[in-house]
Amino acid sequence: MDKRNVDQRTTEFLEYVQSGGQVETSDWMPDEYRAKLVKFIEMHGNSELMGVLPERDWILRAPTLQRKLALTAKIQDEVGHAQLIYRVVEDLGKPRRAALDDLVSGKAKFHNVFHYPTKTWGDVGVIAWLVDAAAIVSQKALLKCSYAPYARIMKKICWEESFHILHGRDVILAMVTGTQEQFELVQEALDRWWEPLMHFHGNPIPAEEDPMFVWRIKSQANEDARQEFLNGYVPQIRELGLEIPDPALAKDEETGVWSYTEPDWDKLRAVVTGHGPASQERLAFRRLSREDVAWVEQVVLAEAA
Amino acid sequence: MVFEVFRQERKGQPFQHAGSVTAPDESFAEIYAREQYGRRQESVALWLVPRAAVTQIAEFPDEFEMKYRRVDGYSIKARLHEARQRAGTLVADESA
Repeated sequence: MDKRNVDQRTTEFLEYVQSGGQVETSDWMPDEYRAKLVKFIEMHGNSELMGVLPERDWILRAPTLQRKLALTAKIQDEVGHAQLIYRVVEDLGKPRRAALDDLVSGKAKFHNVFHYPTKTWGDVGVIAWLVDAAAIVSQKALLKCSYAPYARIMKKICWEESFHILHGRDVILAMVTGTQEQFELVQEALDRWWEPLMHFHGNPIPAEEDPMFVWRIKSQANEDARQEFLNGYVPQIRELGLEIPDPALAKDEETGVWSYTEPDWDKLRAVVTGHGPASQERLAFRRLSREDVAWVEQVVLAEAA
Repeated sequence: MVFEVFRQERKGQPFQHAGSVTAPDESFAEIYAREQYGRRQESVALWLVPRAAVTQIAEFPDEFEMKYRRVDGYSIKARLHEARQRAGTLVADESA
């Protein structure tokens, strides 16, 4: 055992991760770092698992067989991501069963965008294109995560997400080149999703005050992620003739910085603590499906015993 | 049981650690690994290794600093300069 005291080791550990160092499961790490990792990665796993529910609603209603297959494949990917991510959480000390318990009881959080209903097929397109685009911005910043096992599986996850965005873009392009009614479905969905999208990367706290950045779990400040998203996607949205429902949204050509109407951060807090329009319905469904498939776990374990 | 998963992306390439799966036995581990690491043709082969079978070595002491076995143990520049000077093959700007 190392005889140096924990404070000194923690300081050295901080310096190590802040200079780009990466940590493996078997390495010593401060308890606080481990707790922050579990919280962050578990929420990511929860979000992948809950994120399939808004899309699941549309498997039976997808407009063509091709779309149905693509949507099903995307959902399968996301459940797969949840499995990879919960595995990382397990190695940090929290069993998957405990993570699922905390998810269905409402104790653990999942991403704001999965607390909203999917009203039309336009919503499915906007989610697959823009919500996934916003997610990729965050996920790319995790490729450099100080916890190496998480960074490694993010490589695989980002690779699969790139197909999801393309699928979403294809859905949107088909609709905006279709009938006026189809175009309007996309515009209405965009109107509904703009606020959650602006909430997505979190409130603009300075990086130095964000513990997830201080520990280099993520490598980007919230506002930098939002700016990257706006810079990449606002032009792509506007070139389709769609209108973004924020009259204050504009880019300062000199500084390259986007300004926008300040999102309601209290609303974000309410949504992620289970008070979103679809939060309770989604959690109820997750509880139900967990009970429904409990027998599978029993059979698998009995078979292997 | 935890199984470590190594995957090979193309024939001839090294097997690289990809992640791990939890499974009650090898046959379930095979199904899970196939689903999670091979379902999109991203691998040509997978190795599954029970975590308990992995022995890790992580410390490589070098008390004697045996630099003579490494490239940074050799500084050629000054000697090369001297040799060129002696042979009269030194280029003008090098002699400064």
